[in-house]
Amino acid sequence: MVQETPLCITVAEQDFDAALLTRELLGGQGDAGALTTFIGLVRSGDVAFAAGDSAGTAPLRAMQLEHYPGMTEKSLRKIAVQAIERWGLLGVSIYHRVGRLVVGDQIVFVGVAGRHRREAFDACAFIMDYLKTEAPFWKKELSAPVGLGEQGHWVDAKESDQQARERWNEKAP
Amino acid sequence: MATVTLIYFAKIRELIGTSEEEYPLPEAGATVQALLESLMARGEPYLGAFESGRVLAAINQEMVSLSSGVADGDELALFPPVTGG
Repeated sequence: MVQETPLCITVAEQDFDAALLTRELLGGQGDAGALTTFIGLVRSGDVAFAAGDSAGTAPLRAMQLEHYPGMTEKSLRKIAVQAIERWGLLGVSIYHRVGRLVVGDQIVFVGVAGRHRREAFDACAFIMDYLKTEAPFWKKELSAPVGLGEQGHWVDAKESDQQARERWNEKAP
Repeated sequence: MATVTLIYFAKIRELIGTSEEEYPLPEAGATVQALLESLMARGEPYLGAFESGRVLAAINQEMVSLSSGVADGDELALFPPVTGG
Protein backbone atom coordinates (compact mmCIF):
# COMPACT_ATOMS: atom_id res chain seq x y z
CA MET A 1 0.00 0.00 0.00
CA VAL A 2 2.77 2.39 0.98
CA GLN A 3 4.74 1.90 -2.21
CA GLU A 4 1.69 2.97 -4.23
CA THR A 5 1.51 6.32 -2.46
CA PRO A 6 3.25 9.03 -4.50
CA LEU A 7 6.35 10.04 -2.59
CA CYS A 8 8.86 12.58 -3.84
CA ILE A 9 12.06 13.40 -1.95
CA THR A 10 14.58 15.95 -3.24
CA VAL A 11 17.69 17.49 -1.70
CA ALA A 12 19.31 20.06 -4.00
CA GLU A 13 21.00 23.43 -4.23
CA GLN A 14 18.54 24.75 -6.82
CA ASP A 15 15.46 26.69 -5.76
CA PHE A 16 12.04 25.02 -6.06
CA ASP A 17 8.73 26.06 -7.60
CA ALA A 18 6.11 25.33 -4.94
CA ALA A 19 3.24 25.49 -7.45
CA LEU A 20 4.93 22.89 -9.65
CA LEU A 21 5.70 20.60 -6.70
CA THR A 22 2.07 20.89 -5.59
CA ARG A 23 0.73 19.97 -9.04
CA GLU A 24 3.08 16.98 -9.22
CA LEU A 25 1.94 15.88 -5.77
CA LEU A 26 -1.70 15.76 -6.82
CA GLY A 27 -0.84 14.00 -10.05
CA GLY A 28 -4.42 14.11 -11.31
CA GLN A 29 -5.80 11.77 -8.65
CA GLY A 30 -9.34 12.43 -7.53
CA ASP A 31 -9.28 10.88 -4.05
CA ALA A 32 -7.61 13.80 -2.28
CA GLY A 33 -9.90 16.19 -0.42
CA ALA A 34 -7.13 18.21 1.20
CA LEU A 35 -3.67 19.39 0.35
CA THR A 36 -1.43 21.24 2.78
CA THR A 37 1.95 22.77 2.06
CA PHE A 38 4.61 24.30 4.23
CA ILE A 39 7.51 26.45 3.02
CA GLY A 40 10.38 27.36 5.34
CA LEU A 41 12.30 30.58 4.58
CA VAL A 42 15.57 32.19 5.61
CA ARG A 43 14.53 34.82 8.16
CA SER A 44 16.44 38.07 8.69
CA GLY A 45 17.80 38.97 12.11
CA ASP A 46 20.92 39.31 14.19
CA VAL A 47 23.08 36.21 14.67
CA ALA A 48 25.97 35.43 16.97
CA PHE A 49 29.60 35.55 15.91
CA ALA A 50 32.93 34.99 17.65
CA ALA A 51 36.18 36.03 15.98
CA GLY A 52 39.31 36.05 18.09
CA ASP A 53 38.70 38.51 20.92
CA SER A 54 35.56 39.90 19.31
CA ALA A 55 32.16 38.34 19.92
CA GLY A 56 28.67 39.69 19.58
CA THR A 57 25.84 39.76 17.10
CA ALA A 58 25.55 41.05 13.55
CA PRO A 59 22.86 40.95 10.85
CA LEU A 60 22.51 37.62 9.06
CA ARG A 61 24.04 37.80 5.59
CA ALA A 62 23.54 34.19 4.43
CA MET A 63 23.01 30.65 5.60
CA GLN A 64 25.17 27.67 4.66
CA LEU A 65 23.32 24.34 4.73
CA GLU A 66 25.20 21.05 4.88
CA HIS A 67 23.80 17.51 4.60
CA TYR A 68 24.87 13.87 4.56
CA PRO A 69 24.31 12.74 0.95
CA GLY A 70 22.46 9.44 0.90
CA MET A 71 21.52 9.34 4.56
CA THR A 72 19.61 12.61 4.40
CA GLU A 73 17.40 11.35 1.57
CA LYS A 74 16.84 8.03 3.38
CA SER A 75 15.94 9.85 6.57
CA LEU A 76 13.40 12.09 4.78
CA ARG A 77 11.88 9.04 3.06
CA LYS A 78 11.53 7.25 6.40
CA ILE A 79 9.77 10.26 7.95
CA ALA A 80 7.41 10.51 4.95
CA VAL A 81 6.58 6.79 5.11
CA GLN A 82 5.81 7.09 8.83
CA ALA A 83 3.36 9.92 8.05
CA ILE A 84 1.79 8.00 5.15
CA GLU A 85 1.21 4.96 7.39
CA ARG A 86 -0.08 6.98 10.34
CA TRP A 87 -2.62 9.07 8.40
CA GLY A 88 -3.23 6.99 5.29
CA LEU A 89 -2.01 9.84 3.09
CA LEU A 90 -2.39 9.99 -0.68
CA GLY A 91 0.90 11.73 -1.43
CA VAL A 92 3.92 13.40 0.17
CA SER A 93 6.54 15.67 -1.37
CA ILE A 94 9.60 16.98 0.49
CA TYR A 95 12.17 19.31 -1.10
CA HIS A 96 15.05 20.59 1.02
CA ARG A 97 17.73 22.95 -0.24
CA VAL A 98 21.41 22.88 0.69
CA GLY A 99 24.32 25.22 0.00
CA ARG A 100 24.36 28.98 0.43
CA LEU A 101 21.01 30.72 0.93
CA VAL A 102 20.26 34.38 1.60
CA VAL A 103 17.51 36.17 3.54
CA GLY A 104 14.12 35.51 1.98
CA ASP A 105 15.25 32.35 0.18
CA GLN A 106 13.11 29.24 0.34
CA ILE A 107 14.72 26.44 2.38
CA VAL A 108 12.22 23.62 2.56
CA PHE A 109 8.91 22.53 0.99
CA VAL A 110 6.60 19.93 2.47
CA GLY A 111 3.41 19.01 0.64
CA VAL A 112 0.85 16.49 1.88
CA ALA A 113 -2.25 15.18 0.10
CA GLY A 114 -4.92 13.44 2.16
CA ARG A 115 -8.58 12.67 2.15
CA HIS A 116 -9.50 15.28 4.80
CA ARG A 117 -8.03 18.52 6.10
CA ARG A 118 -7.24 17.36 9.64
CA GLU A 119 -4.91 14.57 8.55
CA ALA A 120 -3.28 16.81 5.94
CA PHE A 121 -2.60 19.58 8.49
CA ASP A 122 -1.34 17.15 11.13
CA ALA A 123 0.85 15.13 8.77
CA CYS A 124 2.50 18.28 7.40
CA ALA A 125 3.35 19.46 10.94
CA PHE A 126 4.52 15.94 11.89
CA ILE A 127 6.89 15.80 8.92
CA MET A 128 8.41 19.19 9.75
CA ASP A 129 8.78 18.34 13.45
CA TYR A 130 10.57 15.09 12.59
CA LEU A 131 12.64 16.66 9.80
CA LYS A 132 13.99 19.30 12.18
CA THR A 133 15.11 16.73 14.75
CA GLU A 134 16.08 13.66 12.70
CA ALA A 135 17.13 14.53 9.17
CA PRO A 136 20.89 15.16 8.89
CA PHE A 137 21.06 18.83 7.92
CA TRP A 138 23.19 21.46 9.63
CA LYS A 139 22.85 25.25 9.33
CA LYS A 140 25.63 27.75 9.65
CA GLU A 141 24.72 31.42 10.00
CA LEU A 142 27.04 33.80 8.16
CA SER A 143 27.38 37.43 9.10
CA ALA A 144 29.81 40.23 8.27
CA PRO A 145 30.59 42.20 11.44
CA VAL A 146 32.21 45.56 10.60
CA GLY A 147 35.93 45.11 9.94
CA LEU A 148 35.98 41.37 10.61
CA GLY A 149 35.08 39.85 7.23
CA GLU A 150 32.60 37.01 6.93
CA GLN A 151 32.05 35.03 10.12
CA GLY A 152 30.24 31.73 10.57
CA HIS A 153 28.26 30.40 13.51
CA TRP A 154 26.80 26.87 13.61
CA VAL A 155 23.18 26.91 14.75
CA ASP A 156 22.55 24.97 17.96
CA ALA A 157 19.77 22.39 18.08
CA LYS A 158 16.79 23.67 20.07
CA GLU A 159 15.16 21.83 22.95
CA SER A 160 11.78 23.21 21.81
CA ASP A 161 12.18 21.32 18.52
CA GLN A 162 12.75 18.07 20.45
CA GLN A 163 9.65 18.75 22.52
CA ALA A 164 7.61 19.47 19.39
CA ARG A 165 8.61 16.08 18.01
CA GLU A 166 7.96 14.21 21.25
CA ARG A 167 4.41 15.53 21.40
CA TRP A 168 3.56 13.23 18.48
CA ASN A 169 4.24 10.18 20.66
CA GLU A 170 1.49 11.26 23.04
CA LYS A 171 -1.17 12.03 20.43
CA ALA A 172 -3.41 9.44 18.88
CA PRO A 173 -3.63 9.88 15.09
CA MET B 1 43.82 -4.59 10.90
CA ALA B 2 40.13 -3.84 11.27
CA THR B 3 39.34 -0.27 10.29
CA VAL B 4 36.34 2.00 10.03
CA THR B 5 35.74 5.00 7.82
CA LEU B 6 35.00 8.03 9.97
CA ILE B 7 32.94 10.81 8.43
CA TYR B 8 32.46 14.16 10.13
CA PHE B 9 29.91 16.88 9.53
CA ALA B 10 29.31 20.52 10.39
CA LYS B 11 31.13 21.93 13.43
CA ILE B 12 32.81 18.59 14.18
CA ARG B 13 34.19 18.43 10.61
CA GLU B 14 35.53 21.99 10.91
CA LEU B 15 37.13 21.39 14.31
CA ILE B 16 38.83 18.17 13.18
CA GLY B 17 39.86 19.72 9.88
CA THR B 18 38.93 16.82 7.64
CA SER B 19 35.67 15.31 6.43
CA GLU B 20 36.76 11.67 6.27
CA GLU B 21 39.50 9.37 7.54
CA GLU B 22 40.29 5.71 8.07
CA TYR B 23 40.66 4.70 11.70
CA PRO B 24 41.73 1.41 13.30
CA LEU B 25 39.12 -0.24 15.52
CA PRO B 26 40.45 -0.19 19.10
CA GLU B 27 39.21 -3.78 19.58
CA ALA B 28 36.80 -6.24 17.98
CA GLY B 29 33.20 -5.26 18.74
CA ALA B 30 34.19 -1.83 20.07
CA THR B 31 31.27 0.50 20.71
CA VAL B 32 30.89 3.99 19.23
CA GLN B 33 31.55 5.33 22.73
CA ALA B 34 34.83 3.37 22.99
CA LEU B 35 35.87 4.70 19.61
CA LEU B 36 35.07 8.27 20.65
CA GLU B 37 37.16 7.81 23.80
CA SER B 38 40.02 6.41 21.75
CA LEU B 39 39.86 9.46 19.46
CA MET B 40 39.73 11.90 22.38
CA ALA B 41 42.73 10.18 23.96
CA ARG B 42 44.73 11.44 20.97
CA GLY B 43 44.19 15.01 22.22
CA GLU B 44 43.46 17.89 19.88
CA PRO B 45 41.68 18.42 17.60
CA TYR B 46 39.56 15.41 18.61
CA LEU B 47 39.26 16.42 22.25
CA GLY B 48 37.78 19.81 21.39
CA ALA B 49 35.48 18.32 18.78
CA PHE B 50 33.93 15.69 21.06
CA GLU B 51 34.34 16.78 24.69
CA SER B 52 31.07 18.72 24.69
CA GLY B 53 29.31 15.36 24.45
CA ARG B 54 26.86 16.75 21.88
CA VAL B 55 27.63 14.13 19.26
CA LEU B 56 25.32 11.85 17.30
CA ALA B 57 26.38 8.75 15.40
CA ALA B 58 25.24 6.87 12.30
CA ILE B 59 26.63 3.54 11.13
CA ASN B 60 26.28 2.88 7.41
CA GLN B 61 23.81 5.79 7.24
CA GLU B 62 21.49 4.56 10.04
CA MET B 63 21.27 6.45 13.34
CA VAL B 64 22.67 4.43 16.24
CA SER B 65 23.22 4.96 19.96
CA LEU B 66 26.73 5.44 21.34
CA SER B 67 26.52 1.94 22.87
CA SER B 68 26.21 0.29 19.43
CA GLY B 69 29.04 -1.92 18.20
CA VAL B 70 31.17 -0.93 15.22
CA ALA B 71 32.43 -3.57 12.78
CA ASP B 72 35.32 -3.77 10.33
CA GLY B 73 34.58 -1.76 7.19
CA ASP B 74 31.71 0.23 8.69
CA GLU B 75 31.10 3.84 7.74
CA LEU B 76 30.74 5.67 11.06
CA ALA B 77 29.47 9.25 10.80
CA LEU B 78 29.88 11.56 13.79
CA PHE B 79 28.00 14.84 13.85
CA PRO B 80 26.31 17.44 16.07
CA PRO B 81 22.54 17.45 16.70
CA VAL B 82 20.77 18.30 13.44
CA THR B 83 19.40 21.77 12.59
CA GLY B 84 17.61 21.54 9.25
CA GLY B 85 14.24 22.87 8.15
